[in-house]
Amino acid sequence: MGVVPPSCRFALVTAVLWCSTITVLPGRAQAPTTADAADCLVCHGEKGLSAKRGGRTVSLYVDGKRFAGSVHAAVSCTGCHADLEGKDIPHPTPARVNCGACHEEEFKEHSRSLHGRAVARGDPLAPRCVDCHGNHDIVPVGDSRSAVAPLRVPFVCGQCHREGTPVQKNRGIAQHNIIENYSESIHGEGLLRKGLVVAPNCASCHTAHSILPHTDPASSIARGNIAKTCTKCHAEIEMVHRRTIRGELWEKQRNVLPACVDCHQPHKIRNVFYPQGMADADCQSCHGDPRLRAADGRPVYVRASELAGSQHAKVACSQCHSEVNASHARPCDAITHKVDCSSCHAEIGQEYQRSTHGQLLARSSPNAPSCEECHGTHQVLSKHDPKSPTFPTNVPDLCAGCHREGEKAAVRYQGRERQIIRRYTESIHGKGLLQSGLTVTATCTSCHTAHRELPASDPESTVNPQNVPSTCGACHHGIQEQFVKSVHSAAVTKTSEPLPVCSDCHSAHAIQRADQDQFKLEIMTKCGHCHAAIAQTYFDTYHGKVSRLGYTQTAKCYDCHGAHDILRVADPRSHLSRANVVATCQHCHAGATRRFAGYLTHATHHDPRKYPFLFWTFWAMTVLLIGTFIVSGVHTLLWLPRAVQMRRELRLERSREEANGGATGSA
Amino acid sequence: MPTQSTGPEVARAAAPKQVSAPLAVPQELEYVRFRPLHRVLHACMVVSFITLAVTGLSLKFSYTAWAALLSHLLGGFQSAGFIHRSAAVLMFATFFAHLGDVVRTKRRQRRSWREVLLGPDTILFTRRDFREFLATMKWFVGAGPRPQYGRWTYWEKFDYFAVFWGVFVIGATGLTLWFPIFFTRFLPGWFINVATIIHSDEALLATGFIFTVHFFNTHLRPERFPMDITVFTGQMPLAELRRDKPREYERMLASGELEEHLAPQHPEIVLRTIRVFGSIALGVGFAIVVWIIYAMVFAYR
Repeated sequence: MGVVPPSCRFALVTAVLWCSTITVLPGRAQAPTTADAADCLVCHGEKGLSAKRGGRTVSLYVDGKRFAGSVHAAVSCTGCHADLEGKDIPHPTPARVNCGACHEEEFKEHSRSLHGRAVARGDPLAPRCVDCHGNHDIVPVGDSRSAVAPLRVPFVCGQCHREGTPVQKNRGIAQHNIIENYSESIHGEGLLRKGLVVAPNCASCHTAHSILPHTDPASSIARGNIAKTCTKCHAEIEMVHRRTIRGELWEKQRNVLPACVDCHQPHKIRNVFYPQGMADADCQSCHGDPRLRAADGRPVYVRASELAGSQHAKVACSQCHSEVNASHARPCDAITHKVDCSSCHAEIGQEYQRSTHGQLLARSSPNAPSCEECHGTHQVLSKHDPKSPTFPTNVPDLCAGCHREGEKAAVRYQGRERQIIRRYTESIHGKGLLQSGLTVTATCTSCHTAHRELPASDPESTVNPQNVPSTCGACHHGIQEQFVKSVHSAAVTKTSEPLPVCSDCHSAHAIQRADQDQFKLEIMTKCGHCHAAIAQTYFDTYHGKVSRLGYTQTAKCYDCHGAHDILRVADPRSHLSRANVVATCQHCHAGATRRFAGYLTHATHHDPRKYPFLFWTFWAMTVLLIGTFIVSGVHTLLWLPRAVQMRRELRLERSREEANGGATGSA
Repeated sequence: MPTQSTGPEVARAAAPKQVSAPLAVPQELEYVRFRPLHRVLHACMVVSFITLAVTGLSLKFSYTAWAALLSHLLGGFQSAGFIHRSAAVLMFATFFAHLGDVVRTKRRQRRSWREVLLGPDTILFTRRDFREFLATMKWFVGAGPRPQYGRWTYWEKFDYFAVFWGVFVIGATGLTLWFPIFFTRFLPGWFINVATIIHSDEALLATGFIFTVHFFNTHLRPERFPMDITVFTGQMPLAELRRDKPREYERMLASGELEEHLAPQHPEIVLRTIRVFGSIALGVGFAIVVWIIYAMVFAYR
């Protein structure tokens, strides 16, 4: 402004004020304002004007030119110094200007903010409007001369927040070297070195007026808001953070998932933190020593070769041990928590948390298996690697570590399934996997899932009865297709009674080949669990009796009713419908006729209403039998004493004869 | 298997007429009660009956561990079934051999059916049997002397007809079960179920009866204990005939046929073999009774 010739000054000021008035304060009268300012400047335009305040000499000079160029030029002095309105000169010391009279919103924000509360507390270090914005020379923020122009914000904030200031020393600011770190960060570099005014400055993250501690949920840097704050500029950053964040999980699971600042530390953000980050070699300089032990005696040696051969070969130490702080002499002394795998494996982490395993861990149960228990730590391998403990053929052994009878999980578990591992090993699945080496055979995780194991009672569990058909159907799809159309399917039969699912007949862990004798014989008792009466009557017939003797060649339940496609007998599609029954009998009885099919396969002679013929035949035979036995039994019992008597007489007679014979012989 | 009359071949088999007075019959000569065919038929009957019982009951009492064991011992239910049917064929053969023998004997003796069926040795129940039954009851309770039984006592006749009844009932239903497809051409399907019940319960009656009542009446009576092997040797001491079948003895004596019906005792080896066979049959029979009682009373479900 100093370069403008004096003759032009008035015109220029007028023009500027015109514009300002029109654009900023269209309602205000123009003439009195300028006159007013001019009136004040008569005295305050003098550079030497000063006053004593609190023992200090304070300059009362107002640079008229700069004021005229300020956004407030159109506002009369008394517009701000309202208490001087109409006061005669020499006027009293004006009160502090209340910017909030016009800037209500900003004022409110400021009063709620850390800064505003410090003001209210009477903290002498508390910043007021003027401390950042200046007073009579305030220009629009967009103006590069503004004290709060983007390029200057770090300096404005730095007045208090640079290292060594009273604020930084005495006001419990946790972050250190804020301005230095910022100026070296990608943000600071962009702003200060490259002059990119769009690069974020302090206010971009902390806001201009609503500055709040990160512990305040309303704060722009509160954990919950970090993502929102960063995405103001880094829109769709989650697209490049898929592994960590997966869309909105970032905001929903913020207590679990890392916030931006967990990796990209505040004020130190570099665009290439991850790949370089903590140099693994630095870690290895200590952790490469086999004798290295933690304070609590744990060995903390990391075999570099293990890591190199692992699935995480290309993952830096600090990517998992994310709490390391490069600014510490021992970067790892910042570590306070175990590695959280879910920061990359977010979805799996979420499943795990829902699982029994995860819930146990949440309760800090010593039984809880964490990621490392199954996957290992530095040597973690892909499940496709035969050496991995999670390779299909190794899974039963892995789970057996806790679930074998006597081990901790088996002890804790109170359900019906016992000897899980042994039974599985002897099952068709176990044999397929472990003996035949078929890696596609169902192993523990095929049914229970790898990370979302839940008890069968949980409706979300894959082994909950409702879900069992689809769980088994994942491999046995053709069977599932039949089953869902059968009478046992919940889709077909609407009942409050429990309907059987795969495991009710095939068992859960001891699954046998369906063509094995033991299975064929057991299936009848399986059916009998629900169909008790009808199973009993089956055992009264030839088919049942032979089966009970332990032979499989006679008809079993499924031979007539079907196995997975069981339908009501009344259903025309049933194997036993009128149209199909003869053909069903003919499977075994070639030449069977419709009359032959009239054989009662579930006949009982105990039901006079359903089977009167059998009932009365049975009782007629029984009466005949009992009658015969009573008559002949009584006859025999009556005879007995006489027979005994006869025997005695006979003996007597015989001994007499012998005596006679002996006498004759000797004579 | 009892029959109406001894045949002429018994006379031929008898010892030469050295003895004139019946009371002076030497010790080694015995009265021949059964012809060889009868003995063979009874042995066949024993074998087939026990076989049928063992194989059949193993199915009837399939719910006992015993049954499963037996069934497996016999080579499985199919093998047991085959044995069962083979034994059934043997029994049918025995049955018809006997009927054929009755006819043949009648022809050879040139007797009318009236003589055969209503003569003194008839196997049919007569009024005398009824009187003897009542007299026996009196004897049992000590109200009279032991009746003078003839060739066939009433309980022997009962046993005989029990077999007729049994072979007919069990045999007929057994054939139905053997050939269900054939029989359901003209019988309803549920008749197979009825046949099963009849076959099974009648068999239970038969085995129960034979292995208790028949065994007692014939073998275990204290005066005969442990067994009466007459049906296999075909012979019995004269004294026994005189005591147990006094009427037959008297008739023989009166008609002078007694001497024709005498024969020397079998060699000891034959008798021993017969006793072993008889013991096995008795033993198996009792084992089956025990099993039936166990299955019916303790293991029934």
